[in-house]
Amino acid sequence: MKKLNTTKARTVAKFASITLAALLVVGCSSSGTIKDDAQDVDGSSATTTGVNNGSQITGVNSANVGDLQSVYYFDFDQSVIRSSALNDLSLHAQFLAGNSNAAVRLEGHADEQGTREYNIALGERRAQAVEQFLVGRGVSSSQIDTISYGEEKPDVSGLATKSRRVEVKYTAK
Amino acid sequence: MVTNKFIKLCTLLMLLGGMQANAELRIVVDGGVEEPTNIAVVPFGWNGDSPLAENISAIVANDLRRSGMFKLMNEENMLSSPESQAQIFFRDWRISGNDFMLVGSMKPTANGVKATVELFDILTEKKIWSQTIDSSGSDLRDVAHYIADEVFQKITGIRGAFATKVVYVTVQGRGAARKYRLQMADSDGARSQTILASKEPILSPTWSRDGQKLAYVSFETNRPAIYIQHLSTGKRQKVQSFKGINGAPAWDPTGNKLALVLSKDGNPEIYVLNLQTGGLIRITNHFGIDTEPTWSPDGQSILFTSDRAGRPQIYRVAASGGKPQRITFNGNYNSRGRLTQDGRFLTMVHQDASGYHIAVQDLQSGRLDILTTSRDDESPTISPNGVVVMYATKLRGRGVLAGVSLDGKIKFTMPSSLGEVREPAWSPFLN
Repeated sequence: MKKLNTTKARTVAKFASITLAALLVVGCSSSGTIKDDAQDVDGSSATTTGVNNGSQITGVNSANVGDLQSVYYFDFDQSVIRSSALNDLSLHAQFLAGNSNAAVRLEGHADEQGTREYNIALGERRAQAVEQFLVGRGVSSSQIDTISYGEEKPDVSGLATKSRRVEVKYTAK
Repeated sequence: MVTNKFIKLCTLLMLLGGMQANAELRIVVDGGVEEPTNIAVVPFGWNGDSPLAENISAIVANDLRRSGMFKLMNEENMLSSPESQAQIFFRDWRISGNDFMLVGSMKPTANGVKATVELFDILTEKKIWSQTIDSSGSDLRDVAHYIADEVFQKITGIRGAFATKVVYVTVQGRGAARKYRLQMADSDGARSQTILASKEPILSPTWSRDGQKLAYVSFETNRPAIYIQHLSTGKRQKVQSFKGINGAPAWDPTGNKLALVLSKDGNPEIYVLNLQTGGLIRITNHFGIDTEPTWSPDGQSILFTSDRAGRPQIYRVAASGGKPQRITFNGNYNSRGRLTQDGRFLTMVHQDASGYHIAVQDLQSGRLDILTTSRDDESPTISPNGVVVMYATKLRGRGVLAGVSLDGKIKFTMPSSLGEVREPAWSPFLN
């Protein structure tokens, strides 16, 4: 159903899957910010190949933290972190928690659908979801700075699926 | 050779810019009322030594044409070029199907230019309006828009809004070369000038009710902050900024208060900032997104977008705070409301199965009309006379401005020669 092409059907599917995803979150996760990738509420055929597997890094340090996945994508109108992001985000958390001088800036973004100021709010929700994940794994909130650009800085590809994102940028490491 | 090149360049600029070589936006009228008023705007006479910098009668004609309420007689079909009442043979003009005609003449004076214009009802052969306007000669477009406003009001009974301004945001370039500009232009897109240029995003420009100041959001410090800019001096001040979102500024009718969105307490809420005392009052209190505030014309209430019921809808709350009431119920998505000056009509972005459109809701009857059929429409802004909604849309994938009358009958687009154009904000009456 989620691959139906009419916008209306897609919208209906979207709401259905959002509800489903919300139920799954309530049922499976106490943090409320993690969902399974199988729930592709967008229904878009565009995929994010190559970023979903995360890095193979295990012992993270200031030399290799830059090799971790630094851009995390989100579903339409959602601020739920995808399960595929957990491995690398946990490593970011591990590094930040162990290096109190390190600092990170989380830049939240939205795609171009919907109004601009609403998308500023949506981008902030996404950055906050990542922030909460990091804080939940022992990172001090003083090490984290969040900002939302809304839809003002879409991904260069112009793809909505790539514009709905949070970029993790180290300001000190 | 140089002259040749210059002419070629001028031709190119004319092609790019449309009617005015210096216009960044040009206007294409897509539709109009079913029975427009027929009017002949006869080219004004000029007896100066060198040509005038602007073609006044052409600007007047374009203003009237753009309103969609007039059908302009082609100049080539005019049998004569009267400049005053004595030279008019009304029978000829009646036969050519015109209801009204405007004639005029321009004369050099010691200090500039004097324009004398006369408007006639062709059927009754009565003079409806005439005036002599003195100008320095450097503000001829102002003279033209003034004449268009008078003609519009005399014939339709509605105050004209041609002598107004529009601000909008343009974006050019990619990556590090990306440039955001806050532009101000005449309501017809001419005389555009840059108010602010930045490598970082600029958004949500909005006018104070007296037309003297703008408020907008700029990311120039790598954080969102609200600025107030005085148009006459170019001076500006940064409004006290907080951690998180500082966005969506909206002036109250007195110009003493600014509604805005802050997320300093965790998520986006509407606040009212008293610009004189610096006092800040929190208006909303909900874990959902509350944003895009706008004031009712009487200053008594604030309308805003909230997703507290799941999807974005528009709510109304007392300007002093209190329990918000939902006012949009048609469809799953209504956001970024703007009210007409009489407070009766609410324009908004409305999503249906075919995309995001501009819609208007009659707040008396509750009736919602979808005004546009394009699918990426946003940022509606209403002309101060309540006749036209200007908005941002996409034309062949590029951001452009467009307009639609509140009754949906008149439509125009403003293709741009310069990058993406977005977020128009129509000024109040400026005279």
